[in-house]
Amino acid sequence: MHSARIRTQLRRPLWRFHGGLHIPDEKGLSRNACIQDAKLPKQLILPLQQHIGAAAKPLVQVGEQVYTGQKIAEAQGYVSAPVHASSSGTVVAIEKHPIPHPSGLSAPCICIETDGKDTWGERPPELLDYRNLDPSEIRARIRWAGVVGMGGAAFPTSVKLNPGSDQNIHTLIVNGAECEPYITCDDRLMREQAGRILQGVRILRYLLDVKRCLIGVEDNKPEALEALRLALAESDLKGHTEIVSIPTLYPSGGEKQLIKILTGKEVPSHGIPAQIGIVCQNVGTVAAIADAVLEGKPLISRIVTLTGRGIAQPQNFSVRIGTPFSDLLEQAGGLRSEGAKLIIGGPMMGFVIQDPRVPVTKATNCLLALTPEESPDPDPPRPCIRCGACMAVCPMNLLPQQLYWYARAKDLDKVQDYHLFDCIECGCCALVCPSHIPLVHYYRYAKTESWAREQEKRKAEHARRRHEAKEARLAKLEAERKAKLRKKKAALAKQGTGAAEDPKKAAIEAAKRRVAEKKAARAKQGVVPKNTRNLNPAQQRQIEAAEARRQPMRSETQRERE
Amino acid sequence: MPRLLSSPHGARLNRTDWQMLQVILALVPGLIAMIYYFGWGVLINALLASFFAVAFESAVLYLRGRPILPTIRDLSAVVTALLFALAVPPTLPWWLTLLGIFFAIVIVKQLYGGLGYNPFNPAMAAYVFLLVSYPLAMTNWLPPAVPELLQAKDLVSLSFWDSLRLIFTGELPPHLSWDAVSAATPLDEMFTKLDQDIMISEIRQSPLWGDFGGKGWEWVDNWFLLGGLFLLWRKVIRWRIPVAMLLGILIPAGLFWLYDPQVFPFPAFHVFAGGTMLGAFFIATDPVTASTTPKGQLIYGAAIGLLVFIIRHWGGYPDAVAFSVLLMNIAVPTIDQYTQPRVFGHPSDSGRGQG
Ligand code: SF4
Ligand code: SF4
Repeated sequence: MHSARIRTQLRRPLWRFHGGLHIPDEKGLSRNACIQDAKLPKQLILPLQQHIGAAAKPLVQVGEQVYTGQKIAEAQGYVSAPVHASSSGTVVAIEKHPIPHPSGLSAPCICIETDGKDTWGERPPELLDYRNLDPSEIRARIRWAGVVGMGGAAFPTSVKLNPGSDQNIHTLIVNGAECEPYITCDDRLMREQAGRILQGVRILRYLLDVKRCLIGVEDNKPEALEALRLALAESDLKGHTEIVSIPTLYPSGGEKQLIKILTGKEVPSHGIPAQIGIVCQNVGTVAAIADAVLEGKPLISRIVTLTGRGIAQPQNFSVRIGTPFSDLLEQAGGLRSEGAKLIIGGPMMGFVIQDPRVPVTKATNCLLALTPEESPDPDPPRPCIRCGACMAVCPMNLLPQQLYWYARAKDLDKVQDYHLFDCIECGCCALVCPSHIPLVHYYRYAKTESWAREQEKRKAEHARRRHEAKEARLAKLEAERKAKLRKKKAALAKQGTGAAEDPKKAAIEAAKRRVAEKKAARAKQGVVPKNTRNLNPAQQRQIEAAEARRQPMRSETQRERE
Repeated sequence: MPRLLSSPHGARLNRTDWQMLQVILALVPGLIAMIYYFGWGVLINALLASFFAVAFESAVLYLRGRPILPTIRDLSAVVTALLFALAVPPTLPWWLTLLGIFFAIVIVKQLYGGLGYNPFNPAMAAYVFLLVSYPLAMTNWLPPAVPELLQAKDLVSLSFWDSLRLIFTGELPPHLSWDAVSAATPLDEMFTKLDQDIMISEIRQSPLWGDFGGKGWEWVDNWFLLGGLFLLWRKVIRWRIPVAMLLGILIPAGLFWLYDPQVFPFPAFHVFAGGTMLGAFFIATDPVTASTTPKGQLIYGAAIGLLVFIIRHWGGYPDAVAFSVLLMNIAVPTIDQYTQPRVFGHPSDSGRGQG
């Protein structure tokens, strides 16, 4: 009785989010496979854009020798991240190559033929005494290391860690929920490298100056919880860091869902966690931060799960970024059957790839090979019967059937009234829909259409403004010309002689001005940020917010450049 | 068409036809009870109605140039047919079943675009359509086969052949008269007598009555309740609509009963008489025509219950489930509009879609 009370006192109260799904977690396939170092591939393919924001700019040329950890592409702009050579070798190409992308897109990549020696280049100093450094210096290091959100979001971490001085950040949440079925890379990381994660936590605590840190792990990972608790018991973080076991319920690892579970607070729609005083990082990211700060190691490898019943030996690999998935597949014993569906990410939110030669990027955590039994092609969709099953499971408490209705009718205003852009595409609704409607597909479609329309609108607005400016300019010129003429006439009338060269000068002056104005107008158009076309509005807003906070960061960027 | 390979990639957890099949299964205990108490006519009607429903649906799909089999396979036409057959008297002539099902499937369901698009519950619309057009045939009920009751009232029940003949030719066996085979439903009995200012204690003297509703009838309702609980357990339906509807009847009925138990029957009477249970678990919960938001479902269910109570007491028709459901079907878009749940991360008053 007494001890029971103590236990309830110690237990952190948890909240729940609406809906969610209990689905077979399928983690048993790979959860007991220790992290293995994957073989160095013959060729590394490093996409210049593995993150949200602007693509990096190559710093190397074809034919150049590069070393492990060498920065080979520079961040472009504030919301961006550099790329490092994951192993030593020769740059053999800088060209378009298929990347892990839902539409099978190709994008510019730096291809390195590895020399097998894995010789490290120069590394920056270890910042063991980071407590004596200014937070901005630590951030600069994290930025240098090219760390991005490794849970899948791939947002540049240094940006996320700079919420601005106007935000009072009090809580750090470390996301070890790993709620997607099958995936076990975070599980293995927590089990095998709990200490490294806690090192990262310690750095972040100093960096963000937070009061408390909560590490949330779903309770289907008891070993990971245990490992973290043991590591915590041995560390000096006990006073403010807590390992919290949360009930297994998809998608509790969604950032907004996890924050709600642990704190009861909701990230405002269209907002970011910093607005409610929280910064949330994935366990993998936290470990990468520790490497960057304490060892001067850039982000050149990550843990990737290869699993699914289509794979001979499911594995968790520690993989150099840029390794083609086909190499990993080979090391996992290859595919068991021909008909397997290859999916990057989990079964709920991942996407199918056709070409297994796409490389591992900073944000790819899993390659699934699902047999037709595990991932049957859904029946042809049937009419919505308004059963409300979708609504009951929606973690954002949306009305998926209404969204579907209007998305299908291409009513882009209505879908936004029903908060399309709050949808996190978790897939719960589509999984339970008895009519097998590919709901998420419709939402993605409606989102894409809405952005396109938004862009059209912006363009039109731009054109209109340009037109107006031009009209005004012409009118002004005309007025000036007339004024001059009048003046000239007046002068002529007064003096009669001596003013012959004036009009010529004026005409030249006017022409010069016109050219200059045109140039300025063009320059203005030119500052539209590049590579931000495929962003969703949330990301867009994140970027905008980040840009707005940028001012104080300038100096940091400068420092990093030095 | 290329395979649509959109996430999620796992096997879908449910299917429309499984849902419908479970509804049909859940109707079976009530159906058997109905056959037991009211004879083979119930079964004949159910089979006839199902046959007509499938035939009409196929015909319309054929005319619209739509694939027939996948739609028939979803079993929604059979569900409509069964609900209709369970609501109409077991003596209904075959051509009225034909007409009713035509109305339900062709006019109410397919003309609006088929499953999912019909604003009105097809079975109930057909029921009301027939009730208004053929009031006599639609109120010609048989007495429940409860021996004491049959003896006391000197009634007989119909054999299989008698029922078949009645349905297809409209004729009773030569040795029987309508008076010998038909009986008012408990609801009819109660409210006709109440209209004549007879007190309830007196009305309940009749051997027609069981514990709460009429003999036999209340058992049928029990079996429908069981089916409804099965659907709840299987998560085919959710609790809000049936619970709200039952409370929507029980609460006003309870208040009025407390006020004057001689003029207002005991609340449980309402629940165990007529089509209340069938209505609460199988008809009001028809997802296509019901409200979809959680709050909306409470309002929708409660309003149906309240309307049932009001129409039974003060309206012209003793069993009011069909009318109430249809009336609330009209209100569904409005209810849904104003009861949208608060979306995650939105302030509590801005969940509503504008316009
Ligand atoms: S789950 Fe499917 S059928 Fe049911 S309401 Fe949602 S979209 Fe319609
Ligand atoms: S995909 Fe979107 S609409 Fe569907 S359940 Fe997830 S958040 Fe809700």
